[in-house]
Amino acid sequence: MGLALSGGVLASGMGSAASLVINSDHTDPAARESLAAVIEGFENTYPDIKVTWNRFATEGYKSSIRNFLAANPPDIVRWYAGNRMLPFVEAGLFADISDLWQQEEMSDAFPSMASSLTYQDKQWAVPYSYYPWGIYYRADIFEEQGITPPEDWQALLAASRQLKDNGITPFAIGSKALWPAAGWFDYINLRLNGYDFHMQLTRGEADYTDPRVKNVFDHWAELVKPGFYNQNHAALEWQDAVPLFAQGEAAMYLMGSFTVEVMKSAGLEEAQIGLMRFPTIDRDVADAVEAPTEMFATPANAPNPDSARKFLAYVARPDVQAEMNRIAGTLPANRHASVDDSPLTRQATALLSGVESVSQFYDRDVPPRMAKVGMQGFQEFMVRPDQQADILQRLDQMTRRLYR
Amino acid sequence: MNRASTFSKPGVSSIWRRNQRRLAPLLFLAPGVVMFAVYVVLPIFQSVWISFFHWDGMGPKDWAGLTNYTDLYDDPAFWTSLKNNLIWMALYLLAIPLGLAAAIFLNQNVTGIRIYKSLFFFPFVISQVVVGLIFSWFYAPGIGLLPEITEWLGLGQIAVLADERYVTYAVIVAGLWPQIAYCMIIYLTGLNNIAADQIEAARLDGARGLRMLRYVILPQLRPATFIALVVTVIGALRSFDLISIMTSGGPYGSSRVLSYYMYEQALSEYGYQMGYGAAIAVVLLVIMMLFISGFVWRMFGDEKEG
Repeated sequence: MGLALSGGVLASGMGSAASLVINSDHTDPAARESLAAVIEGFENTYPDIKVTWNRFATEGYKSSIRNFLAANPPDIVRWYAGNRMLPFVEAGLFADISDLWQQEEMSDAFPSMASSLTYQDKQWAVPYSYYPWGIYYRADIFEEQGITPPEDWQALLAASRQLKDNGITPFAIGSKALWPAAGWFDYINLRLNGYDFHMQLTRGEADYTDPRVKNVFDHWAELVKPGFYNQNHAALEWQDAVPLFAQGEAAMYLMGSFTVEVMKSAGLEEAQIGLMRFPTIDRDVADAVEAPTEMFATPANAPNPDSARKFLAYVARPDVQAEMNRIAGTLPANRHASVDDSPLTRQATALLSGVESVSQFYDRDVPPRMAKVGMQGFQEFMVRPDQQADILQRLDQMTRRLYR
Repeated sequence: MNRASTFSKPGVSSIWRRNQRRLAPLLFLAPGVVMFAVYVVLPIFQSVWISFFHWDGMGPKDWAGLTNYTDLYDDPAFWTSLKNNLIWMALYLLAIPLGLAAAIFLNQNVTGIRIYKSLFFFPFVISQVVVGLIFSWFYAPGIGLLPEITEWLGLGQIAVLADERYVTYAVIVAGLWPQIAYCMIIYLTGLNNIAADQIEAARLDGARGLRMLRYVILPQLRPATFIALVVTVIGALRSFDLISIMTSGGPYGSSRVLSYYMYEQALSEYGYQMGYGAAIAVVLLVIMMLFISGFVWRMFGDEKEG
């Protein structure tokens, strides 16, 4: 009541109504509902601002964002953190919001994410959620087989061998969209060579012909060559591989936490789904987690910059992030936000406790132009591991061309 | 006509009157020519110009000279795409004899022939997107018919769209389905116009079967064959939609053709290389020009003969 009243006073004080245009690709039911809740709350807080929300299909959004940013910018866009946003920052299409970060004390709210949203010492976006990647496993199958979740590489190989011998494919994957294969490369590289080398490689400061990269592929080959992945994965989308997992034909699935909703709708109970961290390969390497950050930015030429900044400040609030991430089944970026208490959310949060570094994901950490070539190489390797030397040579040639 | 007023203003209207015959066609052509110039010819030159730069489509352009072209030469993905383009063109030509066969088969008077004709023509009417989806399901491991067949034959489940050895051929087969229907329609119209008296005369001379086809029918179908050839070659060169829907160029880029590779480099999710994409477009343009000018040459030659 009090809120509505003060809002009404504010509106009459301002005179004319302002507006806010949001472009996003929140099309999954849960994600859509979560942003709808945010917008409703925002409109209640600022009744004088009328929100228009344009929803795009995800793949189309990724290519049309360049056009609408340049030609017809909205006030708020959703995009990816890390190198993936640099083309827009460098082209002057995103607005610098460093002052908003200071004013709202965002460095305190988002300490681990600040670096992936900072470029040239300025902040360009507000993170609202993230989803850690880990190995989802069928808890019931593991119990039947007497397998405990593997903690190191040798245990992972042994468990895979045992599953395979019992007619169960160890890992489900659908690599048609390419990025699911990149999760494997990232994690093996992070566990084997550490976060710093992974970042050097993705920034183009290390070569793909480096023996350390070869070592990553040699380890990966220990999973590919014995046939630990399902066949024909290059023809499958990641959702197409979920039924293999749900029907018990495959026992593990390396994925982001957004997969849980899909697994449940494929018929799995929450108790059947377990989540473990990617096993240790080298004990001397500090733990890192792959956890892409979702964020909102405001275009430099936004028609309603004031409304945009109000929205960014609003969506950074811990109570708002807690609510929207509860609906979406993801984790809030704001560290003061409360997290719901389901076992899988607890497990996902546990993945991140005591972790020093967070990587964004291959296609966000490398420049966009490298992403496709790199991930095609990973997919080819998973189909034809004997081509390893050729693939690395090709990636190396590509980096030389792209980073020059 | 008001003579007085025409004489009182000798300037504009007399020029118009004197040159009416020459100006009228130009005026009628103007809208089309302007559209063609602005939306087709100008962009061609812009593409060629952009292909000399490194440009991400948003920021400043950097002069690159011929580096985009030398990079193309060293790029294995470019050669894969070019090779696939040639395979597409060669196999797509099969649509012509197959379309002719279907047309001859359907060119008879039985009850309900119209229904059969429309059924054969159906794949050309539905969208390429639908064709691509239907064939994707046909090929899909686990749910599709083809993997079941290969398994029954003892070859195991073959997922043709995930195997770089078969993927291009699998997409071409999907493309042939509507293309055959298209050629069939062209030939059906051609068969309608065949002179009945010549067939009668040939029959009296004892020609039948293949000899009849080879020496009497085919020569009369030459204009139809020419059109079928042109639409098929152009159709093969601009193959894009099926690849985009069925494979996205995969697995690992082995089913790309030049048009798809250009889209991927310049416009797609990870493509920020307008210059490189433009260079691919220029190469594709050169190939197309070779064929199209060949066709135009033929057409002029035929007209002179006629």
